[in-house]
Amino acid sequence: MQQFFFSGIENGIMFILYLCRATSINKGMNMEGLIRFNVNGKAVSMTLEGERKLLWVLRTELGLTGVKYGCGKGICGACTVLINKKAARACRVPVKNIKGKEIITIEGLSENGKLHPLQEAFMKHDAFQCGFCTPGMILTAYSFLQQNPRPSYDEVIAGMDKNLCRCGSHTRIVQAILTAAQEMAGAKV
Amino acid sequence: MKKDDESRDIDVQDIEILPRFITRREFLKLTGAGIVIFFFHGRAVAQQNEGGRIYFRQQAPSDFNAFLRIGEDGKVTCFTGKIEMGQGIITSLAQMLAEELDVPLESVQMVMGDTDLCPWDMGTFGSLSTRYFGPTLVAAAAEARAVLMELGANALNAPLSRLKSQNGFIFDNVHPDRKISYAALTRGKRIERHLGNTPPLKPVSEYTIAGKPALRRDAYIKVTGKAQYAGDIRLPAMLYASVLRPPAHGAKLRHADTSSAETMQGVKIIKQGDLIAALHENPEQAQNAMKKIDAQFDIENPKVDDKTIFQHLLDVAPQGQVLASGGSIEKGRSLATRTFEETYLNGYVAHTPIETHTAVVQIKGGRATVWASTQTPFPAQNEVAEALGIPVERVRIITPFLGGGFGGKSRNQQVVEAALLSKLTGRPVQVSWSREEEFFNDSFRPAAVVKISSGIQNRGRIVFWDYNVYFAGDRGAAQFYEIPHHRTYSTGFSYSGSSRRYHPFNTGPWRAPGANTNVFAMESQIDIMAAGAGMDPLEFRLSNLRDTRMKRVLNAAASKFGWVPARAPSGRGYGVACARDAGSYVAHMAEVEVDRSKGSVQVNRVVCAQDMGLVINPEGAVQQIEGCVTMGLGYALAEEIHFQEGKIFDLNFDTYKIPRFSWLPKIDTVLIDNKDFSPQGCGEPAIVCMGAVIANAIYDAVGARLRQLPMIPERVREAL
Repeated sequence: MQQFFFSGIENGIMFILYLCRATSINKGMNMEGLIRFNVNGKAVSMTLEGERKLLWVLRTELGLTGVKYGCGKGICGACTVLINKKAARACRVPVKNIKGKEIITIEGLSENGKLHPLQEAFMKHDAFQCGFCTPGMILTAYSFLQQNPRPSYDEVIAGMDKNLCRCGSHTRIVQAILTAAQEMAGAKV
Repeated sequence: MKKDDESRDIDVQDIEILPRFITRREFLKLTGAGIVIFFFHGRAVAQQNEGGRIYFRQQAPSDFNAFLRIGEDGKVTCFTGKIEMGQGIITSLAQMLAEELDVPLESVQMVMGDTDLCPWDMGTFGSLSTRYFGPTLVAAAAEARAVLMELGANALNAPLSRLKSQNGFIFDNVHPDRKISYAALTRGKRIERHLGNTPPLKPVSEYTIAGKPALRRDAYIKVTGKAQYAGDIRLPAMLYASVLRPPAHGAKLRHADTSSAETMQGVKIIKQGDLIAALHENPEQAQNAMKKIDAQFDIENPKVDDKTIFQHLLDVAPQGQVLASGGSIEKGRSLATRTFEETYLNGYVAHTPIETHTAVVQIKGGRATVWASTQTPFPAQNEVAEALGIPVERVRIITPFLGGGFGGKSRNQQVVEAALLSKLTGRPVQVSWSREEEFFNDSFRPAAVVKISSGIQNRGRIVFWDYNVYFAGDRGAAQFYEIPHHRTYSTGFSYSGSSRRYHPFNTGPWRAPGANTNVFAMESQIDIMAAGAGMDPLEFRLSNLRDTRMKRVLNAAASKFGWVPARAPSGRGYGVACARDAGSYVAHMAEVEVDRSKGSVQVNRVVCAQDMGLVINPEGAVQQIEGCVTMGLGYALAEEIHFQEGKIFDLNFDTYKIPRFSWLPKIDTVLIDNKDFSPQGCGEPAIVCMGAVIANAIYDAVGARLRQLPMIPERVREAL
């Protein structure tokens, strides 16, 4: 009974939010609102215009400059972050879509000062040159390995194909991901 | 002694490396004590004219242009105007210094590309850093070690002949327990030396640091997001700028209505001649304001487009010059049993570093501090001084890490824009180009035409070679085969403003400028002649070569590749090409697969053998070669700017395709560690063969000869 009651309230709130959104679109207004989410394990609540893109909020307001602008159209992957542990292109994500969600950027990938196996593997294989696409590569690989923890070489190629690197570190990035996959699989046993 | 030894235990994560922003006062304190060796890498100055550009030294000391310092703490710092853009010199130069000075690699710090701290340097391009700067750095290190040995002789009260330096210490060979650290020797002293004659250098056979793989020194900060690029600089009250761009090259601003943008909260609008910008504390808001500016342009409508450009270039080509000649083309022509007349084309190619052109400028008390993504910090300093009307010494350029350069960041337009906007707003300003601006404003690799007439005699001897290159440049145009009658002519190449007389937009150096076009043409022509002679293309090359270094790289590549001689087209899809570039020798072999119905090409395998003289960091060298091969797939197979009436149609990665993971061939590299020669260029040579080796492999696969780059499916289908 209680459960039903709460879900009823939730539905009500959802409905009200929906109305607000519809109104703002109808009037063509830029609605500012309080947005709560979580970044690298820390709760954040900010008053933001909902259409603003996550990339610029992370870089400008939150000082998390590891997330990079590369193309602004979700093509290159330099702005990749994890939203609820899944890779997303922050340059395309309006902040109104991240309410209550958990964001992880490259700055938050290591735990208690210990690098993630992907970071270790990228270092070991020199899997970058200029380093600008690296945060996006690592986080895309993180998300990919969650879905496919023991990938083949060809699967890594397919999984990473939408991330661009101009220096030509591709060969090493693939090797690093395969090494990290092994490392992570070993750790789980 | 334990205390002095702490540098050895430094974790790689703690190494202080660029970008490290130290104040001028800190700097003076730094140079206040210790041993300082000033040196001059003079051969690099001769390169100042390379590519037709001349940089003038201003306010620069005349007797040195780099220096290294051994501090009282034993730490070694090298100050150089070179910059790190991914090519890895932050590691390889430190290795060379540590090796010659006999200190642990960890105790070496590189301070790079800061015009206040580092002496004048023309810029980082042309694979010059390791080749020209490296040897002088090594000599300076040897000089410093000689000073330390003298001090050690005094301190240990032992003759020089008995002393040995190792790992930051001077030892007495007879009593190995008697030793003193560089730190202890340096403490409280101020010794200045100017590098004169090169002191005796350590023999290469004794190397323990250089020539060994080294982990990139920028690795930790690059995998954790801590590495700072120009766009990551945050200053109080900083504004982000969005600059108005014309819709087409050659368009002139007629009128701009900014009234609607001006009403937006927190937006500042700047209108100063052609420079119109919207600024805000939040970059998105600056862009939103820019969208509200209603601007009208008068469009010039230059008639040339990406199809007619080649005839246009031939029509407007100025008088060129003969770069080399020997024998007589007429005589050679009369001796030839078969002649081959071919024309090769390539379109404009963009640089597209993933980091767009970015700069942050702060003006305070009549001084400008600039954080810039630039390959040429010292020329940028001049440009900013000129734009602001202040003396050069009042401008400081700091170069954080670059997110790629490839030649495109030799131009500093964004730096000047940020400087002017900072002056006009009175606030710190960041200009970071959008991807669309990056494409539009790029100084493209020039479109070019190469016409070759050549001939062979019986048994496949090349007897004449008449080579004419229009607009690509001289680099890579020199032929290296044994040809009795030859002539090489080049015209229309310039990186200065005059290039706009011929091209509809700016052109500039693109990784191994000129050589990609020249080697594509030259090595395609060699293959055409090999096929004409009915010979295996490798055998044809070897039989027309005398240069043993070139033969060695070809044979090394063939052995790694498993080349089995056959006349092309053999149906196997094998190709070969070789070249000299930046002092290095390269030979490539490739295996491709061609989809006849689609015309698409998949490169399955590339072998690259490279003789680059002494190899300083083998891991770094292999990394550069892999990068060259991968990046080279782009200009060979896909990259081309489409344009019409001054409009650029490729403004993002949706239509402009750069190499992806799925394009990746298996890459094998063979490094020929040729200790007989000093280190040569490495960041560029392995890219120059990529057009030809793929063109030759396509011919071998399906018998279709491609004479235009890039070899897009449409052109492959046409050739079939």
